[in-house]
Amino acid sequence: MELALSEDQTQILDALDGLAKPFATVPIHDISFALTSHDLDSQLAESGFLDVAAMDELGSETAAMVVERIARLPFAVEAAASALVRPLLDPELPRPLCLVEANAVGRAVRFLRPGATVIVVGNGEVRSFTASDDHVAKAHDESIFAYPMAVLKALPQDMRRHDASADAVLTQWRIGLAAEASGLLAAALAATVTYVSERKQFGRPIASFQAMRHRLAEAQVVTNGAYWMTMKAAVSGDAGDAALAALHAQESARRVAYDYHQFLGAMGMTLEHPLHLWTYRLKALISELGGRGGNALAAAEAIWG
Amino acid sequence: MDFEWTPEHRAFRDKLRAFLKAELPDNWESIAHHGPGSAEITAFSRQFCARLAEAGMLFPHWPVSMGGQGLDAWFQTILAEEMWAAGEPRGAQYMNVNWIGPTVMKYGTDQQKKELLPPIIAGNAIWCQGFSEPNSGSDLASLRTRAVLDDGEYVINGQKIWTSYAGLADQCFLLTRTSDDRKRGITILIVPMDTPGITVRQIPSIIGEGDIHEVFFDDVCVPESARFGDEGQAWEIISYSLRNERLGIPRYHLARAALDRAVSLLKASGSWTGDAVKIEAARAAAMCETARNACYAIVERRVKELPIGPEASSARYNVVMAERAVSEFVVEYVPQALIDAEPYLKMHHQRGIVAGIASGAAEIQLNIIATELLELPREPR
Repeated sequence: MELALSEDQTQILDALDGLAKPFATVPIHDISFALTSHDLDSQLAESGFLDVAAMDELGSETAAMVVERIARLPFAVEAAASALVRPLLDPELPRPLCLVEANAVGRAVRFLRPGATVIVVGNGEVRSFTASDDHVAKAHDESIFAYPMAVLKALPQDMRRHDASADAVLTQWRIGLAAEASGLLAAALAATVTYVSERKQFGRPIASFQAMRHRLAEAQVVTNGAYWMTMKAAVSGDAGDAALAALHAQESARRVAYDYHQFLGAMGMTLEHPLHLWTYRLKALISELGGRGGNALAAAEAIWG
Repeated sequence: MDFEWTPEHRAFRDKLRAFLKAELPDNWESIAHHGPGSAEITAFSRQFCARLAEAGMLFPHWPVSMGGQGLDAWFQTILAEEMWAAGEPRGAQYMNVNWIGPTVMKYGTDQQKKELLPPIIAGNAIWCQGFSEPNSGSDLASLRTRAVLDDGEYVINGQKIWTSYAGLADQCFLLTRTSDDRKRGITILIVPMDTPGITVRQIPSIIGEGDIHEVFFDDVCVPESARFGDEGQAWEIISYSLRNERLGIPRYHLARAALDRAVSLLKASGSWTGDAVKIEAARAAAMCETARNACYAIVERRVKELPIGPEASSARYNVVMAERAVSEFVVEYVPQALIDAEPYLKMHHQRGIVAGIASGAAEIQLNIIATELLELPREPR
């Protein structure tokens, strides 16, 4: 047992925080529904943060830490698939990576755009292709979940087959989902805590009312749990651990996403507060990999058969 | 990070399992289902703990200077996990090795050490904690059981309630009020439970036998030498002694064991079919494992001798959620096992409710998380 960060991990996360500092906040008037930053994305990629999984002594756990940390930023970054799945397939696959199940045609996919690499996992296989206009349709509301999204309208006839097993890719996908959700949960909680500690009604901060304190404390408990479940799964690489981590992340997201907006009151209905950037991304993650039911069934299969 | 046990930890767990297999009698399940506070387990614990002591596994985490082996808190955790998963054959004596023994060692007088430690070390000592009172539960510092020093004796009058194990205890670790200062007016007395003037009444409970009592003190006299620490030092002593106890019993492990047992019963009866039962089982497993990992993060802090902060309250609350999730699963999918008194599921179901109430109510944990972890503004008082 050793649950603390290694010296290398601490240094990597410190460096990541340094790089991300200019992107940690956004002026209110710049907040759109889905916020992205080309600068941030390219700096992260060029600095190698998305490639740590392949490095000696770092591995998936460090990649999961990086994904978790990036997800706390207000900008949506395709980090999870690149950092955790790409090393299994081909480290040179062009970003962004879009992970989809075999039945994804007709559905909106995060980060999908012409030029993106689409990885199709299903029927026991892992295949990929580079998306073009033939495969991508503009979504009716492309940013409702605070990620850039587009509809996958077709799969090409010929796709590249990868040697990696579909199960291994699904496991890494789940770890990535859990890591990203953990960061989103942490950031959403922090943003909510700050607001309700400052906002006063009835002559006192609204966070001093027990009705809010206890619900926020429960949110802290599940958020803390999401982090540790992610780390456990990233370290073990076990299919059951990964499914439990994804399940818990989705359960937690479902539990808190509405509450946080509720706590912000009318401010929670505006784009003037960045809360939606994290909570609406959480909502997108709730539906991935078959949602809670899909991940729960995968966990049950892995644990009990 | 590494979530794997070391070879030494694994070997210790294997040794414990082998010991349990060898020492628990064939009719253990019929003893275990009475619960850790019952007369049956209490009687059994006196011989079981003695054997555990002989095997060097009663208090392996105590310092060598205290007769232990100086092993880290992971060993204590493994010990607790295996014992509780087996139905806790140590009965109430788990408290002795977790905190009463070490507290006596740290704060007791030479005479107190000489008198109180040998039975604990021999695995033959039942203690109870005289803490809660009818009007002092979560607000423990408001306690009113009074001890008045009179001519070399403390005369105790008052009432304790919800006292675990009191019916069969040899000694009581009693909190008394010796002055009106809220916290610094509380004093510990070590009171033999056969002292005249003590009346114990078991309160019928839904969590098992021998667990909840009322204890009345009517002009109970103990010598001044029964005082533990200085007058008014109780709050400091219990804060120190119980700082590692906030996690409490490793209920995540017990809950997970109960869940696995429930699934095996479902499989055996051909009922492990369809999505609903599997989804709910996985949800309960996720709660158990989040609680386990959150608790392990705290145990690691103990091992590294880092301060235990409000994170322990978070882990503790996570355990409460896990207990509930498993209990609710069992009630929904294997209720017959409870009616049939399947020993471990019954014990888990009965005691599941304890997690959020005993040793600091869940709402107190939430208050600590809100104030100390999230740093939310306090409620006005």
